[in-house]
Amino acid sequence: MSAIRTTGLSKRYGETVAVDDLSVTVESGEVFGMLGPNGAGKSTLIGMLCTLSTPTDGEATVNGYDIRSERDAVRDSIGVVFQEPALDEELTAAENLAFHARMYGLSREERRERIGDLLDLVELADVADDPVGEYSGGMKRRLEIARGLIHEPEVLFLDEPTLGLDAQTRRATWRYIERMNDERGVTVVLTTHYMEEADHLCDRVAIVDDGNVIALDTPTTLKAQQGGDMLELGLEGDVVTLTARLEDTPWVESVTATDAGVQVALAGDRTRVPDVVRLADETGVTITAVEVHRPSLETVFLALTGNTIAEAAAEGKQ
Amino acid sequence: MSLLDPQAVYALWLRDVKRFVRTPSQVAGTLVFPLMFLVFLGTGFSDAALPGIPAGVEYIQYLVPGIVGFTMLFGASFAGLAILGAQDTGFLKEILVAPVSRTSIVLGWIAGGATTALIQGSLVFLIAIPLGFRVANPLLLPVVAVVLLLLAVTFVGFGVALASQFSDTQGFGLLIQFIVFPIFFLSGALFPLSELPAVAQYLGRVNPLTYGVDALRGALVGASTYPLALDVLALGVSAAVMVAVGAWLFGRVESV
Repeated sequence: MSAIRTTGLSKRYGETVAVDDLSVTVESGEVFGMLGPNGAGKSTLIGMLCTLSTPTDGEATVNGYDIRSERDAVRDSIGVVFQEPALDEELTAAENLAFHARMYGLSREERRERIGDLLDLVELADVADDPVGEYSGGMKRRLEIARGLIHEPEVLFLDEPTLGLDAQTRRATWRYIERMNDERGVTVVLTTHYMEEADHLCDRVAIVDDGNVIALDTPTTLKAQQGGDMLELGLEGDVVTLTARLEDTPWVESVTATDAGVQVALAGDRTRVPDVVRLADETGVTITAVEVHRPSLETVFLALTGNTIAEAAAEGKQ
Repeated sequence: MSLLDPQAVYALWLRDVKRFVRTPSQVAGTLVFPLMFLVFLGTGFSDAALPGIPAGVEYIQYLVPGIVGFTMLFGASFAGLAILGAQDTGFLKEILVAPVSRTSIVLGWIAGGATTALIQGSLVFLIAIPLGFRVANPLLLPVVAVVLLLLAVTFVGFGVALASQFSDTQGFGLLIQFIVFPIFFLSGALFPLSELPAVAQYLGRVNPLTYGVDALRGALVGASTYPLALDVLALGVSAAVMVAVGAWLFGRVESV
């Protein structure tokens, strides 16, 4: 069964189209990422899927339940971590979790057992009785992820789960998300505007811009579609002959002269580097420097929209 | 999911009570106004003969039920402010995304707000005793409890209904001031309504606080304008109406 299926889903606010005729399917058990700049419509989509707002047009099901006519079944089967923290800062971590467990109708035994387990999992057991207001940003995030899991949802929505976290905490948060997905089989739908995050965490990534999904595939395939790796070579010697020989090679797409040497667009990946070195040896050219550029999701976004993600976000704000 | 989810109502109630108990400054803050009225009016007018007050009833006896009613109004209406506060901190989303009916959520807010208002109202009573307030008939104290509860439910429902129409705490706080004080002055809490112009008297008769204050006087002091049963009935109706209106308006809140 698909965890999520949307057909022609749209949300308009007056003249503004936040989500535009979106049709997408998320498979059960996968980590599905939506990558795009701020203002691309990712949070609006999450808001509709977790029944906080009503679509202007189109259909969607979450865990097989219709988001309009079966709101409560949808709410029962999802966990949500919002972009902005949604904790009661005057309550302790344990109290925040207990509140949530009661709202989701858990029995007293289930509540005690799961709160204990989850606090251990996100390593907050020691500070469980401190008011959440005293927590750091990373601790709050971990607490929210734990909270999203108490009622054992089928799907966990994470809206920008690592926004505003430092690099180390971001890595740690990634580990928790991966562990949730591996150990509990929960389907994870996350939005992000961090390339590395989508690349690192997601089984499949939807690239979102202006309320549309403009590409959807595994990160590897998306990057592969952008061609192979790029080699930046510093050279000394008979560069012209080497260039000619490289251009005759089937796994080289193109060769461009640079100040220090050449730039080689490979049809394949960096496993061709030894071959390039061998060719240079045979031609009597000395390689002084090698740099390998791999296509990233940023390259993919740039190729698809003509903008970097940062540029698209800046444009969206205007 | 059912229309009423007792565990969710309990969760919301428990949260409100914990927050209330942990912020003594808030408890003290809501008591400042009522106490000033009580001390200054109570002592200042202690020997004054106000027209409309039954013979043999001291002003402090007349005033205390009014000020307790005001405390309930003041404390309970600010429960709406707590909802907007939850919206500011994002916690409202956590509540709205849970598989709980909007009616249960409103009942949870009302249970919490009513409890904290009841605590405040009771504190005002306790403080009034050293100021010379005497309970005429202790056997009627259970009736007092019912009246206080109905008053709290009415005004928390009112606060919830209002809060659902607002998106920020500032505008709401201001509006509450403009609504709370007219309700207070048109309730007979400080002086008998019989001396006011006819229009004001009519407004007073549709004011739930009028019946609340009158019922408290009837039960505590033994002097009331209307029969106690009528007061309680009017309060019961207003409480039911306010809960229904609050639940209906809040149910229409789409997203935050």
